[in-house]
Amino acid sequence: MGFEHQINAGFMPLFDSAVLVTAKEMGFAAREDVDLTLNRETSWANIRDRIAIGHFDLAHMLGPMPIACNLGLSPLASDTIVPFALGLGGNCVTVSNEVWAGMATHGAQPDLDPARTGKALGGLIRERVKSGRDPLRFAVVHPHSGHNYELRYWLAACGIDPSRDIEIVIVPPPFMADALAAGRIDGYCVGEPWNSASVVAGTGHIATVKARIWRNSPEKVLGVRRAWAEKQPEALAALLRALHHAARWCQDPANRGDLAALMAQPAFLGLSPELQMPVLTGRLALGGGAELTVDDFFLPFDKAASFPWKSHALWFYTQMVRWGDIAHTLENAEIARNCYRPDLYRAALKPLGVALPGANAKVEGALTTATPVGSAGASLILGPDGFFDGGIFDPDRIDEYLATQKFAVAHA
Amino acid sequence: MVRKPLAVLVIDENRIRASIIEAGLREAGHEQVTVVHDVTGIARRIAEIEPDVIVIDLENPNRDMLENMFQLSRVVKRPIAMFVDRSDQASIEAAVDAGVSAYVVDGLRQERVKPILDMAVSRFNAFSRMSRELEEARNELENRKVIDRAKGILMKSRGLSEDAAYTLLRKTAMNQNRKISDIAQSLVTAADLLGPGES
Repeated sequence: MGFEHQINAGFMPLFDSAVLVTAKEMGFAAREDVDLTLNRETSWANIRDRIAIGHFDLAHMLGPMPIACNLGLSPLASDTIVPFALGLGGNCVTVSNEVWAGMATHGAQPDLDPARTGKALGGLIRERVKSGRDPLRFAVVHPHSGHNYELRYWLAACGIDPSRDIEIVIVPPPFMADALAAGRIDGYCVGEPWNSASVVAGTGHIATVKARIWRNSPEKVLGVRRAWAEKQPEALAALLRALHHAARWCQDPANRGDLAALMAQPAFLGLSPELQMPVLTGRLALGGGAELTVDDFFLPFDKAASFPWKSHALWFYTQMVRWGDIAHTLENAEIARNCYRPDLYRAALKPLGVALPGANAKVEGALTTATPVGSAGASLILGPDGFFDGGIFDPDRIDEYLATQKFAVAHA
Repeated sequence: MVRKPLAVLVIDENRIRASIIEAGLREAGHEQVTVVHDVTGIARRIAEIEPDVIVIDLENPNRDMLENMFQLSRVVKRPIAMFVDRSDQASIEAAVDAGVSAYVVDGLRQERVKPILDMAVSRFNAFSRMSRELEEARNELENRKVIDRAKGILMKSRGLSEDAAYTLLRKTAMNQNRKISDIAQSLVTAADLLGPGES
């Protein structure tokens, strides 16, 4: 024993805690002289509270959550920074059998095509309005989540106003499948394996996936209490190196069986290893016997998946503005930009001589093909990273982007 | 000055703990206390009750759902903010350590609410202590049962008296630096493996 650094981390029992879990369980943290203690939590609110009072130094967090904390949108929040991302993609939109059948009469096919399924959903919603039925109710895991913003982005791009045409409620991930089966909700957006859970149970169909709405898009991150990071820069750098090795290990197809078995343990997900395979292989059963393999469904390492892009933080920020969470001001945009810290990522990983992106922000959705980038003579591939509607987000042109956003809620 | 009594809503899936908190609140003179175990349909309940204070256990995975609902003022009519504000770090830590959280109607005076949270914290702690003691008592009972079975095996297979059987178990435990109940469990397991009739 006698590690140089002690770190207390919180995580939610979701598959994309894998990089953090692997850092501890496969010994990557110990190799960097970090004694990493993992604490499983039951809600994002608990993670936020325990970070605030110092129980945890850092935690597995929803990508927009630290930004919301720093913007003062959550109770009891502390100043939180993001020096590392825990992966890209991994979510799906699942609908009830009844909604899927209705969508099918409006042209939906089991192809996960967001434009086609979105158009079909719009047709179904208009049909329901005509016959005076209640609006459909969709669930996401948290208001400040990638799930909420990608669901809304998809719907809005398909002509559905997510604030008026449907209702959006919050349901914890492990309860999604039951809520759908019981008819309390009509659909939901959540990470795996909670979509496959409904498909396996025969109570839902996967309509589309995050990786098709916006390929290579941000999801969970490592949120770190700023005060701790400033006091313990070496401990943080050591952990980031451990997470880098852990992420590489998680991406390697040769380790899929071991990773599924690890995450299946009761201390982590407590679900069968078979249920972990769709997220690892991208091969999804969609319901009704249809199957499809999704490219880049969930990336823990490839395509610079760990890099905390400032353009990701700013995209989340634009959606917070769009849906009325916060008013757009230069100060607020600056708070969002400063929340993600690629400088800390670079400083920690530099000694490893690994490929690092040349910039801290990129134009999102601009890469139509896989593109080699990177410094230090090492190779790094980015993209393709398109939004399904052809949208482009230039982080230097936030005002222009906001002006083009359909159904934006005017902020009082 | 007569003040409007505070309406308190306790959300706890653990019925025993919820009733302990409810009793404490009533003893402290709070008469408008509602206890909810299941959050299905909670939005409607909150709209009906219009609580001034909501107490919820931290293990409840529905905290994110509830917080979101509190922020959507049209559901609960009045905005509700987390009570434990930054000015009272010690209370916050005590609450989180005890596993409880509270939300209050915005603008409610802190001194009216603090006794409620303090009470909830102490009752949560008392409940944890009670559960721990119950668990220990249960283990103790289990241990005694397994030691009795082990003694029986030794008495039967080696013709020992009950005292001699116990002494042998204790001596073995001391020699191996293990608990007497562990030795007894090993013996019972071995006897079960060796076949029926032995235990």
